[in-house]
Amino acid sequence: MTAHSPEDIRKETRVYIFVFIALAALTVVTVGISYLDLSTGPAVALALFVALIKGSLVAAFFMHLLSERKLIYAVLVFTVFFFLALIFLPLGSFLNQVAG
Amino acid sequence: MEIPYNVEERPDTGLYNGKLGIWLFLASEVMLFGGLFSSYILLRTGDPNWFKPELSVPMATLNTMVLISSSVTMVMAWASLRLQDFKKFRLFSAATFLLACAFMVIKGFEYNTEFSHHLYPSSNNFMATYFTMTGLHGLHVLGGMVVIAYLWGPGSRMWKTEPERFTNRVEITGLYWHFVDLVWIFLFPALYLL
Repeated sequence: MTAHSPEDIRKETRVYIFVFIALAALTVVTVGISYLDLSTGPAVALALFVALIKGSLVAAFFMHLLSERKLIYAVLVFTVFFFLALIFLPLGSFLNQVAG
Repeated sequence: MEIPYNVEERPDTGLYNGKLGIWLFLASEVMLFGGLFSSYILLRTGDPNWFKPELSVPMATLNTMVLISSSVTMVMAWASLRLQDFKKFRLFSAATFLLACAFMVIKGFEYNTEFSHHLYPSSNNFMATYFTMTGLHGLHVLGGMVVIAYLWGPGSRMWKTEPERFTNRVEITGLYWHFVDLVWIFLFPALYLL
């Protein structure tokens, strides 16, 4: 993170408070969705979507990924690729087995 | 001998070493929790006798709020150091530590309620994954608490001798702490709400 003026840092702290309010509100939304009595598919999709927004807020602002070095992004691209493989390869092989 | 790139950025990476180190560690952590999430999805999809008992959503919601609050206090502690305000740093990091304690106490109450309902890791596939994932997450919270307490107490002496290096230590502790918060953000709906 490059050096910032005290005024910049104070502005950042105000943003942190807004992010906190957004995260708290989205937590209430997540709980609210669970009471909607949706079927499994839409319920999972909606809950994951809200969790993704919350996760993105934490990563972008608290972990300051909005203004990070390229090398960190490169590490994260690899991480996301292998994470998706970790989730979808076992699941894909299982679903394939059931279908076959 | 002085360890290089504790404060100044390495010309080739553009980062101080600790920051690259923590991000590589967090990448490995994504794979650790990713493996558990993958197992959870696979078990949930494949177990014909899948059974999920009622868990305390209000308690877990409260814990989510507590952990989110601790993330804010952590980032404020780092911002305070960047503003050269050591007193505020101590205040915010103490708040982070106390919020982490609150999280663990609430989790303890939850575990206690589950045990009193005879719900153990051996009860069924859901409880096995639930205790594994929340237990591992709890251990991460505990680990973070040790580091936060160290930086609040004896570790804070570095502020007098090497303030920039100390600020970097708080920054990378914060990155770890926000990751722990991030994991909970996904654990909460996955285990309690779906």
